[in-house]
Amino acid sequence: MSIDMAQFHQVFFEESFEGLDAMESGLLNLDMGDVDDEVINTIFRAAHSIKGGSGTFGFTAVSDFTHVMETLLDEMRDGRRQVTQAAVNVLLGSVDCLREMLTAIQDDSDIDVETVSEHQQALEKELAQGGGALAQPVEVAAEVVEESVDPGASPGWEIAFSPHLGMLRTGNDPVRIFRELSELGDLEVTVDFRGMPSLNEIEPEDCHLSWKLILKGDVQESEINDIFDWVEDECDMAISPLRDENGDYIEAQAIDVEPVVEAVKQQPTPVAAKADAPTDVNKTTKPTVKSDSKSKDNKSSGSIRVDTSKIDTLINMVGELVITQSMLSLVGEHFEINKLDQLKNGLSQLERHTRELQESVMNIRMLPISFVFSRFPRLVHDLSTKLGKKIDLKLVGEQTEVDKTVVELLSDPLVHLVRNSLDHGIEMPAERLAAGKPENGTVILEAYHRGGNIVIEVVDDGKGLDKEKLRAKAIEKGLIEEDAILTDKQTYELIFMPGFSTAEQLTDVSGRGVGMDVVRRNIQTLGGNIEIISELGKGSTISIHLPLTLAILDGQSIAVGDERFIVPLGSIIESLNITDDQVNKVAGKGETFLLRDEYLPIVRMHEIFQVESAQRTNLMDGLVVVVEGQGVRCGLFVDDLLGQQQVVIKSLEANYRKVEGVSGATILGDGSVALILDIPGLVRLSNQ
Amino acid sequence: MAEDTTNTQTEDKKLDNSSQFLSFSLGDEEYGIDILRVQEIRSWEPVSRIPNVPKYEKGVVNLRGAIVPIIDLRERFGLGHAEYNPLTVVVILQAKVEATNRTMGVVVDAVSDVVDVELSRIQNAPNFGAKVSTEFINGLVSVNERMVMLLDVAKLLQLEKLHEDHQDQYH
Repeated sequence: MSIDMAQFHQVFFEESFEGLDAMESGLLNLDMGDVDDEVINTIFRAAHSIKGGSGTFGFTAVSDFTHVMETLLDEMRDGRRQVTQAAVNVLLGSVDCLREMLTAIQDDSDIDVETVSEHQQALEKELAQGGGALAQPVEVAAEVVEESVDPGASPGWEIAFSPHLGMLRTGNDPVRIFRELSELGDLEVTVDFRGMPSLNEIEPEDCHLSWKLILKGDVQESEINDIFDWVEDECDMAISPLRDENGDYIEAQAIDVEPVVEAVKQQPTPVAAKADAPTDVNKTTKPTVKSDSKSKDNKSSGSIRVDTSKIDTLINMVGELVITQSMLSLVGEHFEINKLDQLKNGLSQLERHTRELQESVMNIRMLPISFVFSRFPRLVHDLSTKLGKKIDLKLVGEQTEVDKTVVELLSDPLVHLVRNSLDHGIEMPAERLAAGKPENGTVILEAYHRGGNIVIEVVDDGKGLDKEKLRAKAIEKGLIEEDAILTDKQTYELIFMPGFSTAEQLTDVSGRGVGMDVVRRNIQTLGGNIEIISELGKGSTISIHLPLTLAILDGQSIAVGDERFIVPLGSIIESLNITDDQVNKVAGKGETFLLRDEYLPIVRMHEIFQVESAQRTNLMDGLVVVVEGQGVRCGLFVDDLLGQQQVVIKSLEANYRKVEGVSGATILGDGSVALILDIPGLVRLSNQ
Repeated sequence: MAEDTTNTQTEDKKLDNSSQFLSFSLGDEEYGIDILRVQEIRSWEPVSRIPNVPKYEKGVVNLRGAIVPIIDLRERFGLGHAEYNPLTVVVILQAKVEATNRTMGVVVDAVSDVVDVELSRIQNAPNFGAKVSTEFINGLVSVNERMVMLLDVAKLLQLEKLHEDHQDQYH
């Protein structure tokens, strides 16, 4: 066994987390009355692979835990147990717990033993309750209970284990099996090498040995069977209880019995178990959030799964590129002027291939937004139970593709918005009925493309935002003047101000007033914006507009003196020449100009960026580019517009630091660096 | 990664009792930089200026696709300005700052030599009080009877901090 197992760990974790997600969505899809076998099977398979994998890698805590889950699921699968809401809740809690355990192992931190045993107990309670309404007693559960009543019943086991000749070739190692057995109790191994042929007949890959194993301690037969699970078909095996009169020994062992048995011993009556189950689920809510943030950290540096077809396209493209390159070098080798056409041809091909290559590489980074959306059914399920509301969640446009970075950074703000909708938006069922609405509230999460943007909407049919209340609250908090005149839009925007919350009662779901401003800031760092439309009594719609990708941007290059800057094309409204009579001075300093009944401040680029080489300081000589960012409009005074181009965004912060008014840098065709302007930052800078 | 491990080894001065420094001159003074921090030496080329930053932060250049800031060490240390000519040299340095690898170029007058220095011979920088800033100087060593000041690259690369210290001058 010289293979380093650690190299497979990452794959195991990824697969396990995927399995957990599958289990979670499967559990949420279970319809109590009419259970779909296929769904149960999917859940069971996921649990089984996690158990198998963790056993192989020696994460015994995980495999033990999953084993209990698996037993429960197995009974559901065989129809020996009815699927109840309580059981599903317990299983959901266990999925969370398992995720935490795996995250802990991945981070090399300690598993929270208490939570684990809490969940394990809940599972076993559920298990011990028998098959719900089904009369047939459950074999395994019964066995477990029996064991706990009389822990001294089996002092140990005698196992006759004779592998078939080919067992080693299937990758099974008896030593590993023995090691696992020895973890269960005191193991005595006697090897029988009578089957060994003489040395010159020996085939090194055959297994000629057989063993007699004596396992002392309080171990259940099923646990032993689990270990031999993988080799069942590769060996002859007989397990028989050990007849041992050495009673003292057993008692001494009983102190550190398996946690499984311990847990069962503490088991209260089944009635209590039912009442406990929901509280258990609630208890897990907090740790879930914690583990989520952790796993997110891992994901961001982790791998990405790409459709094979995308890779194939890429390979084709590279093939084409290589052909074009060899064609061009052939032309270049013996260049004569009559080959000029050929050269031009080749260059335009090269250009096309490069562009296509760029597109398909960007495509690889694109993930369907369902990566973010998939966690919401669970969230809504848990929260609506907790809040006592009836809520249907609809997901629309899950296949819309977005850049991986956007997907990752979008998740937290969206969670916040959905929680808000659930907590503040949707009313209690009685309230809804009184208002003439259907009892079940609806929350729609929708994603679609529009222009170069992706739009994500959170729509609810709840009570909507109360403008008067918002206004009163803002005045009370001192955020606006009492006599401030606000448009509807501005009123709704109030909820994005720091320290604003209209919830009458703070809940642990939302209402501390630290949320929405953070949400808006997060969205803005992604280069997007957030808007809210609401109608009192009808509901609210929050839309988030985000750029499709963070790596490439359509830019307009501008000249100021002999320096060049890039303005994101999306933020430019128009560019114009202005005349003297359009310009007004405010307080003798600030300049504004009138554009279609709106006074816009003029930001002189050469002044705020201290461009010494600037020649055109007269507003008449240059151009004014009207830009908008974060709802603020202004006119940038520049020397000239140079041209539009797609630019690759490079981070300034990687080696340098954040610069006010600049969102990043890019490399121009001539190899020089140009700064990309950050419009809101510029406005701030000019106000200083 | 291999580079990182060597870096940490030389930093841990107990492991090794001698290390190599690249020495360069700024005016009449001579400075040394741990040679394992030096990525490459380039000639001066025009930079893209960054607005509203201290004057010694000359700007950024494109170094094979990465945006790398260029600092004028003369101006940083208050040794006055020198005209850039084709012989002006930019030393590209790298160091781990807060768990990320950072790259930065420093403009120096001329690169002189690579010197072997026994670590036991490095003296602590004397304290001049507030008069002279010695925060970047790790120690002093004498090479051929000239004094060489050894610079702490990691500190030099912490531009955020530099900026904060000097923000008052510009706002």
